[in-house]
Amino acid sequence: MNIPVASYFILSTLLFFIGVYGFVARKNLISILMSIELILNAVNINFVAANRYILPNLNVDKPLMEGYIYTLFVIAIAAAETAVAISIIINVYRQHKNIDAKSINELKH
Amino acid sequence: MEQLANLAPFVLLLPLCMFLVLGLFGNKMAHKTAGLLGTAVFGVTSVICYYIAINYFFSGNFQNGGTFEAVELFNMEWLRMTDTLCIHIGFLLDPLSAIMLIVISTVSLMVHIYSMGYMKEHDGTYDGGLQRFYAVLSLFSFAMLGLVIATNIFQMYIFWELVGVSSFLLISYYYYKPSAVRAAKKAFIVTRFADMFFLIGILILSYYTGTFDFDKLTLVNEGHVEIVNSTMRDITFCGFPIISIAVFLIFLGGAGKSAMFPLHIWLPDAMEGPTPASALIHAATMVVAGVYLVARLFPVYHFEAPHVLEIIAYIGAFTSIFAAIIACAQTDIKRVLAFSTISQIAYMMVALGVSGYGEAEGLGYTASIWHLFTHAMFKALLFMGAGAIIHAVHSNEMDDMGNLRKRMPITHITFLIACLAIAGIPPFSGFFSKDEILVAALENNKIAFAVEYFVAGLTAFYMFRLYYRIFWFGEPKDGYKHEPHEQSLVMTFPLMFLAGVTVISGICWMFGLLPFTHLISSDFTNYDIHTHWNVALPSIGAGVIGILIATFLFLEKTGRPNKAVSYFKRPYKWAVKKFYIDEVYLYVTNNIIFKRICQPIAWFDRHVIDGFMDLLAWITNKSSEEIKEVQSGYVQQYAWVFIIGVITIVICAI
Repeated sequence: MNIPVASYFILSTLLFFIGVYGFVARKNLISILMSIELILNAVNINFVAANRYILPNLNVDKPLMEGYIYTLFVIAIAAAETAVAISIIINVYRQHKNIDAKSINELKH
Repeated sequence: MEQLANLAPFVLLLPLCMFLVLGLFGNKMAHKTAGLLGTAVFGVTSVICYYIAINYFFSGNFQNGGTFEAVELFNMEWLRMTDTLCIHIGFLLDPLSAIMLIVISTVSLMVHIYSMGYMKEHDGTYDGGLQRFYAVLSLFSFAMLGLVIATNIFQMYIFWELVGVSSFLLISYYYYKPSAVRAAKKAFIVTRFADMFFLIGILILSYYTGTFDFDKLTLVNEGHVEIVNSTMRDITFCGFPIISIAVFLIFLGGAGKSAMFPLHIWLPDAMEGPTPASALIHAATMVVAGVYLVARLFPVYHFEAPHVLEIIAYIGAFTSIFAAIIACAQTDIKRVLAFSTISQIAYMMVALGVSGYGEAEGLGYTASIWHLFTHAMFKALLFMGAGAIIHAVHSNEMDDMGNLRKRMPITHITFLIACLAIAGIPPFSGFFSKDEILVAALENNKIAFAVEYFVAGLTAFYMFRLYYRIFWFGEPKDGYKHEPHEQSLVMTFPLMFLAGVTVISGICWMFGLLPFTHLISSDFTNYDIHTHWNVALPSIGAGVIGILIATFLFLEKTGRPNKAVSYFKRPYKWAVKKFYIDEVYLYVTNNIIFKRICQPIAWFDRHVIDGFMDLLAWITNKSSEEIKEVQSGYVQQYAWVFIIGVITIVICAI
């Protein structure tokens, strides 16, 4: 089964914009966090697909692996970032007794 | 010479130290200690001044064939601006400065002593700030001594400003009295205004001659001043020679300090200060600084600007008659004395204005300085006598006085001596100096002579009006609240001392024991003169007539003064109002300068220039009010904006 490379990119684009939409439209901080994960994973798909199909693998014995490795980095950093974000959300909850993004406007003019 | 040079710095250092000590630590001392300390230290300064002056005149070391030599006891570099421009500070000793040293140290010492009594309240306490009084008195003495011994015109200018500031501080001594504060401000502003011209004059003169030093400026060589060469005489500005303009501007500075018309308005108001300060500053020493200045630069005036000298004579003549007329109508005794001072200083100016140069030609010069000397003594005496009277009756007004001759005998006798001296009755000192001025005026300027002759009679009249109103005339309307009594010795001693000087210097002159012409003349060369009875007898006559009229009107309380006034209703009113000069000044400053010039400029500044700046601020403020809503605090809104921005950039890039 041979899936064309464009399909990967279409999938990742869809995922990215779903994530962006979620990021700006959802009220719940957890949902916003999940949207961020979607954006990151869209990027990961791009990396993997590009590494597999587009990078010229001239040396078969030692294939180039940059795309995969960057994906692993992104996953690791996303995990760390999620931990930080969750702790922020807990603190927000303690302050406002909810986790609604609308209720956080202390950075107002 | 060596010895004098060693002593010379102390003339300045002692009063300066006293100013610092009393000014900084005065409030830690008792009042009496401060007064005694100030007086004692100034006593030492006086002794040094006397020693230097007497040594200069009588030791013979400084005389060369009848001519006194000017010596610089020390002259050190003070401020070096460039290689050629340098300001020195030094001690110039010549007959003129030696005479001034005697005048200043005598009067100042008497005032120091007198103040210890005068500044004491009746319950034996001192007015708070007596230390301040003595501190400023020391500052004044320092500045005045520095002024007269100046070796160059810039040093003189610096000390000139210092005497101005100490005069300001002493006039406003009673700083809680609004009138005193106003008077101090007026005196300061008027004299500063004149000093501005003085400074411009100094700068012009020194720019063209290239020197500040008096010995170079006044060096005479074959009928002209050596430093002014022919190219300088050709430089003109608005049709006038530049040197004439410079020395006229310098004279204006002197006119401000010496209260010449029309810059005289500050002196009568300055009487708000304590009476001893008036005696020292506004009668004897500071106000004659203008005369001293013209005398110091006399060769320059005489040879390079004879027309300016003529103008000085006319200004002096006008001021003397003007002030004398006002003095006839004033009722505040200190103001009478103030106008009399203006009139007498104008006399000295006239004498300089009509003087020639060299030996007997320079009679006016000698007479001017001689009159400066005698006037300082008897006018300080009159002021201190007035102070004693004010202290006794608690009022400056003539109406609150009368019949004091038995109650205050010492004050009465000394006051009478001073009145006779100023009225020009022999053998008191004022007669001789006034007589020489009249002789000099008769020779050179008939108009000035006629005016001064009339003023001599007028002076006798208003001084004896003052004398009779204080010591005769009858009790005041409501009697005295406290019985007036003679003052303590600390106040009467200076009176007696100065009266002694007035009598003795007159007698010395009369018998030729100490001819003043042997001490000072325009070129510092001795010459002999005789009393000119053809001038002296009429001038005595004028004085006697003035005294007789005053006796007729004011010896006893009668209706005569009112009747006399009714003959001259309008002139009398004008004289009471001082010819409305103050009102003219107020009109010019308020209605013309403030209203017509300053107010439109202020309006322009406030509404156009400030308005433009306000507009800028308003625009900034309003627009930031409008756009600050963007800063909502909602992170998701920021994200929207960010995304839209990115998309826009991407589309644009494509």
